[in-house]
Amino acid sequence: MRHLLDTRTLERERAILILDTAEEMAATQQRDVKKLPVLRGKTVVNLFYEDSTRTRISFEAAAKRLSADVITFSAKGSSVSKGESLKDTAQTLQAIGADGVVIRHPASGAPERLARSGWIDAGVLNAGDGTHEHPTQALLDAFTMRRRLFGDTSRGRDLDGVSVVIVGDISHSRVARSNLWLLHALGANVSFVAPETLVPYGAREWPVQIHHSLDEAIRVEQPDVVMMLRIQSERMHAAFFPNEREYARHWGLDDARLGRLTEEAIIMHPGPMNRGLEISSRAADSERSTVLEQVANGVSVRMAALYLLLSGERGESA
Amino acid sequence: MSNPDILIHGVRIAADLNERGADAIDAPAVDLRIRDGVIVERADSADGGIEPRAGEQVIDADGQIALTGLVDLHTHLREPGFEQSETVLTGSRAAAAGGFTTVFAMANTMPVQDTAGVVEQVLRLGDDAGYATVRPIGAVTEDLAGERLSEIGAMAKSRAAVRVFSDDGKCVHDSLLMRRALEYVKTFDGVIAQHAQDPRLTEGAQMNEGALSSELGLKGWPAVAEESIIARDALLAEHIGARLHICHLSTEGSVEVVRWAKARGIAVTAEVTPHHLLLTEELVRSYDPRYKVNPPLRREQDVLALRRAVADGVIDIVATDHAPHPVEAKECEWDAAAFGMVGLESALPIALLTLVSEGHASWAELEQLLSHRPAAIGKLEGHPTSLSVGEVADIALFDPHGSSAFGLDRLHGLSVNSPYLGMELPGRVTTTIRHGYLTLADGELVDRETVAAAAKAAAR
Repeated sequence: MRHLLDTRTLERERAILILDTAEEMAATQQRDVKKLPVLRGKTVVNLFYEDSTRTRISFEAAAKRLSADVITFSAKGSSVSKGESLKDTAQTLQAIGADGVVIRHPASGAPERLARSGWIDAGVLNAGDGTHEHPTQALLDAFTMRRRLFGDTSRGRDLDGVSVVIVGDISHSRVARSNLWLLHALGANVSFVAPETLVPYGAREWPVQIHHSLDEAIRVEQPDVVMMLRIQSERMHAAFFPNEREYARHWGLDDARLGRLTEEAIIMHPGPMNRGLEISSRAADSERSTVLEQVANGVSVRMAALYLLLSGERGESA
Repeated sequence: MSNPDILIHGVRIAADLNERGADAIDAPAVDLRIRDGVIVERADSADGGIEPRAGEQVIDADGQIALTGLVDLHTHLREPGFEQSETVLTGSRAAAAGGFTTVFAMANTMPVQDTAGVVEQVLRLGDDAGYATVRPIGAVTEDLAGERLSEIGAMAKSRAAVRVFSDDGKCVHDSLLMRRALEYVKTFDGVIAQHAQDPRLTEGAQMNEGALSSELGLKGWPAVAEESIIARDALLAEHIGARLHICHLSTEGSVEVVRWAKARGIAVTAEVTPHHLLLTEELVRSYDPRYKVNPPLRREQDVLALRRAVADGVIDIVATDHAPHPVEAKECEWDAAAFGMVGLESALPIALLTLVSEGHASWAELEQLLSHRPAAIGKLEGHPTSLSVGEVADIALFDPHGSSAFGLDRLHGLSVNSPYLGMELPGRVTTTIRHGYLTLADGELVDRETVAAAAKAAAR
């Protein structure tokens, strides 16, 4: 792999390769010495134009456990706030000798620009761009689903026929998009649940079922996985929905809805959670919840992605 | 000293090619003699043509098509204020390279073209450069702010004799202000050229709204934001009895609204850009800001509807919306990039590709679309209505044969933000004659000093 920019163009086989590699990485994390020497001498730059402590430390941990040198370039307080262009930053990283760049950027497509512009030779890993994609989040979610569903027999398997319901602010969510494309490629049946204001325009042309009612989605889709997305309060002010009470009443995973899920259904959340808004504490803390597993699996999946991108000879394919 | 005479040999006249899909060879070859800025002789080559004289510039135009000089009703020349993107001189050189003899310069300069002083300055810069007639467009509102009418009367009565008023780049969105603008401009025999874009529906918008914008995570620019303004303004124009021109239609729905307005007898004219006749939103997948433009590239079905609308006469003119930007304005992430594409040099090849070759327009109709009708909408006085004896010698010669890669060598303005770079485009503008002197000869721009001197001589 040359870059990891999206899941939209990630084929099933390649996705399974990443997930299987992540299984290998997870296995090494059970040892006393967690560090692997595979990226010794390589330099990974975490280029973060948006605050995201969770994603940043996950990538940092992943790169360090592969013995890479890690430089964190936080755009807040760097020359970016003085107006340095993406191009100049990229060329600076090139001059420093970056082998891999993990980029988080508020502008959709910024990782694509970085990868295709010729400004830099490094492998580019998208850590979330605007409302476009967040591929490693989707991969860690798929990894988490596979483990919960298949346990030790996960390797080599896809998610054929698994029913996944994603609830909340789909419209502004790169996590929802990346999950849809990846889960679809892996054979899962994906549904979105949201008020019409938070359904992406044109999403009915996508391979997804769309429900307005969470109750109906739980009844009709019989989900194996319910993924709750974080609701941001600024959405209320922009007339996407009237207030928190109304949102929680219609689209929150409360205790009553929790009780209507099937026996084996799991509950996911990319974090950070708004308890009492999109998810009740009982749901968040239940046995079904995978929230903390997702965090742990995130490191394994990012190790796999960095390993496949940066170890050995770098091929041309995306 | 007057400019040398020019003899054009064996050219086909666009107006004679009035059948869609007809071969250029179907028309008789014609010789034209130009002296002192006007066409003085015209003869069929088959009848012996015109004998060359000593001292005359002779152009062998066998296989080429002659059109009255092209008129662009929608050009951004960027001067004053944004001279790093374009100047009146460089922009009018690009115009000459594209076969244009007149450009209407949009008002969003710095300072804005909202006073007599600024429009006269732009007029003078154009006259001095001499590559094209530059007709400034006046701002509808002061500083394009959409709040108070600019000095429309002063601009109309100035030496620049402004007849087209536009806040292009911004929409005159306040309904009452738009009504007053239509009424007030009518007073001075002018026209409002509206940039139809509801500002609230397009806050932060980046590309056409649809499944693709949602996939790419770029904020959507709904078609309704354009169509609703066109519908409102058409009704206002009807109510007042004013003329209205709609800039750069980009959607199938806009075509239907204009069709409806015309059927009602409303005095509305409509424009389409070459890029909206060819390019679709699919190009945005690359996140390459060369494809970032206002209004945005739309769907394939919009492109096809726009072509049919040209064929049906719903769309009156093709205008470039030539919008130069420096490299750094496009060499960045999509959200941060500027809107706009340069288009003067590529307009005729794209029109050939999308309209003539597709059977939507004959060469005679193309001449209407790119020359006669924009001149009429802009009240351009003295523009030739045909290539006949006595008409002003504003002429473009186009060789429709063959195709070539459109490269940087084809761009003559200061900026290179063309979406066509690397594309194979048909035909080539070979010659441009303005007021009886050459601005483009054998595909090469005539040098600045020669053109400026010729312009001075022609003005006497």
